[in-house]
Amino acid sequence: MESMLQPVADFFGPAWPAVWTLAKIVAIIAPLMICVAYLTLAERKVIGYMQVRIGPNRVGPKGLLQPIADGVKLLLKEIIVPSSSNKGLFILGPILAIAPSLAAWAVVPFDDGLVLANVNAGLLFLLAITSLEVYGVIVAGWASNSKYPFLGSMRAAAQMVSYEVSMGFALICVLLISASLNLSDIVTSQGTGMFADMGLGFLSWNWLPLLPMFVVYLISGIAETNRAPFDVVEGEAEVVAGHMVEYSGMAFALFFLAEYANMILVSILTSVLFLGGWLSPVGFLPDGFHWLAIKTAAILFIFLWARATFPRFRYDQIMRLGWKVFIPVTLVWVFVVAVWLMSPLSIWS
Amino acid sequence: MEFKTFVFYFLAVIMVFAALRVITARNPVHAALFLVLTFFNAGGIWLLLQAEFLAITLVMVYVGAVMVLFLFVVMMLDINLDRIREGFWSYLPVGALVGILMLVEMVMVLGGSYFGLEAMPAPPPAGESFSNTRELGRVLYTDYVYPFELASLVLLVAMVAAVTLTLRKRKGIKGIPASEQVAVKREGRVELVKMQAEKED
Repeated sequence: MESMLQPVADFFGPAWPAVWTLAKIVAIIAPLMICVAYLTLAERKVIGYMQVRIGPNRVGPKGLLQPIADGVKLLLKEIIVPSSSNKGLFILGPILAIAPSLAAWAVVPFDDGLVLANVNAGLLFLLAITSLEVYGVIVAGWASNSKYPFLGSMRAAAQMVSYEVSMGFALICVLLISASLNLSDIVTSQGTGMFADMGLGFLSWNWLPLLPMFVVYLISGIAETNRAPFDVVEGEAEVVAGHMVEYSGMAFALFFLAEYANMILVSILTSVLFLGGWLSPVGFLPDGFHWLAIKTAAILFIFLWARATFPRFRYDQIMRLGWKVFIPVTLVWVFVVAVWLMSPLSIWS
Repeated sequence: MEFKTFVFYFLAVIMVFAALRVITARNPVHAALFLVLTFFNAGGIWLLLQAEFLAITLVMVYVGAVMVLFLFVVMMLDINLDRIREGFWSYLPVGALVGILMLVEMVMVLGGSYFGLEAMPAPPPAGESFSNTRELGRVLYTDYVYPFELASLVLLVAMVAAVTLTLRKRKGIKGIPASEQVAVKREGRVELVKMQAEKED
């Protein structure tokens, strides 16, 4: 690989590292966008079957070209900027929404050594970047200068800040037991232990000793991405579509892309942090990227399943769940894990 | 010019511009968003100094949480700009005095013999395995554990105080306690009855 690329590297000269990094970024973002497109189709199909419907089946064989048609439609639509909106911020809103959800992929490890930026503080970077996601919603809601978007953005601000806290505590537990902030190290640390030596790797992953944290992280992840049943930000029955009311065409599509990219991000992170990333569940099968893909797809299915199953939470119930249930539970579990780690019963020595 | 120097000036120029816009922007929401930009660039400059923990924490705490709540409040304020501008000249002497005082202090600290470039040379370059986060954690929980815990206690007291100041139990409200609502079972609300199908004959 290195020797094959040498002539290209010589051609670009000192600009080569930048060009090579750009190529790697494209290699991550392009498949991600295809995944996002087909996730929308999968969502409509899965929810369709759960509601005893067929779902989209007209465009292309079995409806497989539906996302392309949707994309073309959104691209060709006119973007209307309301005359009394704050124009600069109105345009900035969707950009602020999609930028962090793509930037976070820089530290996601896909396989052993297959990561764009193998930084030591990867987990911290993720926390910082995902905490920026709320700005897109807030800015869009305020700049629209309209009541429903504003209500939606107020809801988003309170909800996302609240669930970040419990998510952060869940991550603290993970980094306590893997003693590292590097995501690749967190995955490799899950591949050791009593069960892993017996060939039953899936029992030594973090989900088992940190079961409450795993559940809290997954539910907080659904709340962070503003997905049903926590989608009061865009709840169509109450605030029409929240921050997206005034947006049309590609500006609206950017919010959509950001939401689905975030869903995939939360799923892949749950797989990396709690389900052993690219590690194989049993000893006799080789590790590899396909395991990460399978785990991520399974968690994405839970996202869709939850949307088809649960009615929307009332807003005060969401806040109650976040502050009065999740935060006490996670606080206690951080303490339990810390004591467990230092006691003679520790399984992570 | 070295690449690092270029990055520094790039971040610094944006940061100074954004900081100026924070105080000159007419719209308070714009000002708050420029403050976000300032914090973000400050984080970038700290990253250049290899203080990755501090940089990321700055973004996480100030940009990700504090400024969100700040925006939350600022957006809901109904600010009349004319009324604010009325007081500008009467407040100017006090503001200028505070500003000059701060400037003098900063010059004394940075330009004096205690903190100048000679007194505080750049630290030796850290090794490959040096982890800023680990070092900070080690110092914080060994050498400075009492001040650290004391600071957290002060914050806790402040939090409790804020809650007690704003907590009010109103009488006569019709809301139902959330715990009762959550504990509702289907059996208490709905009765399923088996019925024969009605047929026309």
